[in-house]
Amino acid sequence: MTLVPTPGQTVGPFYGFALPYPDGPYLVPPGSPGAVRFHGRVLDGAGQPVPDALIEIWQPSPRGDPVRETGSLHRDPFVFTGWGRAATDNAGHYTFSTLRPGGERPFLAVTVFARGLLDRLFTRAYLPGPGLADDPFLAGVEPGRRETLIAVDEPGGLRFDIRLQGPGETVFLHFPGQRPGTARPAGR
Amino acid sequence: MQIATQAGISAEIGAIESAHRGSGLEHPQPSLDYAPYRSSLLRHPTKDLHHADPERIELWAPCFGPQDVDPLEADLTVQHSGQPLGERIVVTGRIMDGEGRPVRNQLVEIWQANASGRYIHQRDQHPAPIDPNFTGVGRCLTGDDGSYRFVTIRPGPYPWRNHRNAWRPAHIHFSLFGTDFTQRMVTQMYFPGDPLSALDPIYQSITDPRDRALLVAAYDHDVTLPEWCTGYRWDVVLTGSHRSPFGQEEA
Repeated sequence: MTLVPTPGQTVGPFYGFALPYPDGPYLVPPGSPGAVRFHGRVLDGAGQPVPDALIEIWQPSPRGDPVRETGSLHRDPFVFTGWGRAATDNAGHYTFSTLRPGGERPFLAVTVFARGLLDRLFTRAYLPGPGLADDPFLAGVEPGRRETLIAVDEPGGLRFDIRLQGPGETVFLHFPGQRPGTARPAGR
Repeated sequence: MQIATQAGISAEIGAIESAHRGSGLEHPQPSLDYAPYRSSLLRHPTKDLHHADPERIELWAPCFGPQDVDPLEADLTVQHSGQPLGERIVVTGRIMDGEGRPVRNQLVEIWQANASGRYIHQRDQHPAPIDPNFTGVGRCLTGDDGSYRFVTIRPGPYPWRNHRNAWRPAHIHFSLFGTDFTQRMVTQMYFPGDPLSALDPIYQSITDPRDRALLVAAYDHDVTLPEWCTGYRWDVVLTGSHRSPFGQEEA
């Protein structure tokens, strides 16, 4: 890498008139064939709901392929784009209507933004099911924390709570090139 | 918790920066655990972020196209029947990845306060005037060279309750997508020479002054237009792409 990445900053409290939009949470119309609810609560270190968080999901199609369709901001209800955005409500709850991602050990990639959170957080919501124990990534997560990365199957949908801090803290991810606290390259 | 004074917050900021200077480590991103920004206390993860190699969906980013964004959305001064109040500005620059490659056809979203420092948000009760001709939301897609361009109004500073006499420096929020999901970011662009920046715990949460400076736009007289607006230039670098060059043909 030759360029230093621009630092992130919090979304602050006042994104509500800018980022959420009416069809953001509805990757498919609720109630349409195959539609599932993907939802949960965002909680802080005191176990209190975070009413000003913003959640984004990005997922493959039911066949497991990455989606290369545009139109997430102005949805054609017949086109699945794989990307959605939902703000939490006063109870810290978010809801998406989407399709189950396909492929081997599928997961939804999740991004968390909030006031008080100085940079976005990445995590994964794996679909529950057989074979998860064989997943090399999950196998590398300490046993007591692994389940924070696995959505809970319930009638009509999947529940995925996000705990920013404290007991049951969700496992958040960093990817290569994003590691905080590395030795400063010479010559900067 | 008793509300802190600016002197107290500034002392906390200074102590964290001194400790960082002695560490020899690079922290280009803000510290998630940054006590001078009080809202971070219960909202920062306490465990180390878990290393993951991007796989499958994370190696791709959502696509945005012409049906997602109207070209008029890049001009925040034409969204209502009249002209908004304040200093009209153009903000332009390029979005690149860590290797300097342009990020093409990706969504850039901005939001901001009006010239008086007031957001169009119900919870913003700062008693500064709302401008009926300014909402403060814009979108555009980057061009083939990764460039973006917005016409807007220079936002005003505004007070907040982090500590006694806390005022945020003027800033524009930016939301950015790269070519990989892992490049997703939200940040804030600041203006050069703002006296409030040194006092602001959000801006100062990036502990190295060289990294902080990456969030400050440059006044650019070549972007300024005669008898119309002043101009600012601000480039954004996302992290590197992890997809193999072979897989990037569609991007």
